[in-house]
Amino acid sequence: MWQQLLLLMVLNPAQAQAAPRPVESTCVRCHQDLDGSLLEPVKLRTQDIHFQKGLSCHNCHGGDPAIGIETGGPEDSMNPRKGFTGRPSRRQIAALCAICHSQIETMRKFNPQARVDQYAEYLTSVHGKKNQAGDPNVATCSDCHGAHGVRAVKDANSPVYAPNVAATCGRCHADAKLMSSYRIPTNQAEQYGKSVHGEALMKNRDLAAPTCNSCHGNHGAAPPGVDSVANVCGQCHAMQWDMFGKSAHKKAFEEQKLPACATCHQNHLIERTSDAMIGNEEPALCPACHEQGSAGYLAARLMKSRIAGLEARLAAAGQILQRAARAGMEVSNPIYKLSEGRDRLIHARVEVHMFNPAAMQKTLSEGESIAADSEQSGQKALADLAYRRAGLAVSAVILLCMIGLLLLKIRRLRA
Amino acid sequence: MAAGKSKWGDWLEERTGWRLVQELIEHKDVPRHRHSFWYYFGGMTLFLFAVQVCTGILLLLYYRPSAEAAFESVQFIMTEVQFGWLIRSVHSWSANLMIAAAFVHMFSALFLRSFRRPRELTWVSGSLLLFLSLAFGFSGYLLPWNKLAFFATKVGTDIAGVVPLIGPFLLRFLRGGDEVTGATLTRFFGFHVAILPAVTTALLSIHLYLVQKHGMSVPPSVDPEKAPRMRFIPDFLLRDLVGWLAAIALLAGLAAIFPWELGEKADPFAPAPAGIKPEWYFVFMFQTLKYIPAKILTIDGELLGIMFFSILGLLLVITPWLSPAQRPAEKRGWLPVVGVLVIVYIAVLSAMAYLT
Repeated sequence: MWQQLLLLMVLNPAQAQAAPRPVESTCVRCHQDLDGSLLEPVKLRTQDIHFQKGLSCHNCHGGDPAIGIETGGPEDSMNPRKGFTGRPSRRQIAALCAICHSQIETMRKFNPQARVDQYAEYLTSVHGKKNQAGDPNVATCSDCHGAHGVRAVKDANSPVYAPNVAATCGRCHADAKLMSSYRIPTNQAEQYGKSVHGEALMKNRDLAAPTCNSCHGNHGAAPPGVDSVANVCGQCHAMQWDMFGKSAHKKAFEEQKLPACATCHQNHLIERTSDAMIGNEEPALCPACHEQGSAGYLAARLMKSRIAGLEARLAAAGQILQRAARAGMEVSNPIYKLSEGRDRLIHARVEVHMFNPAAMQKTLSEGESIAADSEQSGQKALADLAYRRAGLAVSAVILLCMIGLLLLKIRRLRA
Repeated sequence: MAAGKSKWGDWLEERTGWRLVQELIEHKDVPRHRHSFWYYFGGMTLFLFAVQVCTGILLLLYYRPSAEAAFESVQFIMTEVQFGWLIRSVHSWSANLMIAAAFVHMFSALFLRSFRRPRELTWVSGSLLLFLSLAFGFSGYLLPWNKLAFFATKVGTDIAGVVPLIGPFLLRFLRGGDEVTGATLTRFFGFHVAILPAVTTALLSIHLYLVQKHGMSVPPSVDPEKAPRMRFIPDFLLRDLVGWLAAIALLAGLAAIFPWELGEKADPFAPAPAGIKPEWYFVFMFQTLKYIPAKILTIDGELLGIMFFSILGLLLVITPWLSPAQRPAEKRGWLPVVGVLVIVYIAVLSAMAYLT
């Protein structure tokens, strides 16, 4: 906090908002003739959200950009007595950003809904704590958002735009050399990319899908503890979370210090779930804990067979209805009804998280009843179709006979 | 005829003079020549119209004309009502066959020059009946309130809205508002089951009266004096019956093997499905409008297209006065050429619409 106070003494954010950006900035005039990292701020400034909102170099670095080269040298505009602070150290960066970003009075001028708790969160994060302890390798604001050319989070080119977050985190967390001293794995980004979440977000651009910060937090980033994993997943998977909480597994997992959801679904490499995950045969997960013949083993087998049975019945009913529909029969109502049966199947799959076949009974029975009704409707439609064809054949014969008789009569009249 | 001369017959004759009709039937005869086949299409169109009336009345027993209930009521007819599927499919297929038969009847009358004096008004009433059939088709198409019908009606009424001066009024009149809504459905239902049948009945009566008054025409290529004649009843009517029975067999086959689809319920907020096409008898006009450039010499292309078809319709009605009344049989004139060109145009444009 003392860093922020120190910076506040030389950089006044309120003044920064009020003071208009000079038309001709000495910073830009000099730096545009420089090379490398000294030129970069000038090149990137137009895409920077701060620059677009009217801020400029001196709002972060201090100094006086209004002193021109004609009226003085660079040393005058970059004079510490004019408030010039130069390049902040890695420990100072978060505090520097927080001068504005933790001040609601300042931030509401730009965005009334803007958060102002990022710095407070950062100080509680693993990154923030290590940064404050002087670790130069941990992430600070500019590592994720960029130092110059900072884009809005909603900008698709921003490194913190949701589909880009995994790659941004991976810049450090996939670096084995950098991570070696922290003794943490480096395959999270790769695993996440292969997971159902990664595929949804990065391949299908489904912004509702989670990325690193959805589970770990962004500014307050920390690995969720074993106790809180279910809470993290439950933010989106509320029903599964609720059911797991009421199941016998909750207590058993807690006793064995197993993370709730991740024990079966993993953490970063979360694959698309399938019915194959339950039951007793490979690749089912249940036998890993439940011995053959045990109550859990038998319950897993029962749940698997009931779900597979409902799926097969719904599929059979669907096939019959499709056959009837292809033949031109009006079966849109039973087809719609069948979709309700599929909803029951999905619900039964969710109810697996209660790990109790009896608890699934109501949903499964409803689904089976819908499947039976749909199948019956399909069979009735096919029977109707056969009846129509038979009726057509009979009426065609009658009509042909009548036509034949008429032709005979016409012939006799002619004669 | 014994019954006709019975006590009951005398009683009825005294009160209605019905023996006049009996006499008429007994003495009515029709010419017989190598083109006679085409003359059966008038009777065929009339028969299919009767099928439409009968099946339409049966559908009315269950159909409910509102945006909330129309689709469901047709669904109910097709799934729950005994033989409802048959009645609905026959009504839809028969509508199409009737319009096809009306087209054949119209073109055969054109090529056989049946509109010659004194049958000009028979032609005029017939051509107006053809337009009424198209109006029946257009209004009836919307009634099941399904997605395709909804958007086809939207496009169709949009086109009506382009007509100069009266376009905006016409559009609002047809839709019952600015958009196709439940009000449009109710309105189209009214057109379909009340206004159009009333006008058609009147015009059909005139058409049939004129056919009766002037008798069937003999083509110019046939000498009317030398053409043999046959009695209308039973000879011609029996032949008509053969055609009608064949039509019933065809309708039953189509209804049983290709039941008329219901599709999905109309949703005004859903995007228009790809490849919307009107019924086949409007497709050539729809396709023409697609090919006309947006602007031709500062005039709206769609407007020009509508004017073109309006003029074509008008020319069709006044055809008897465009063609010389009497012409030697060996001189065919330009009318058959125009007729063939129109048929080729309709066929090519329709084929292009279905193949692209």
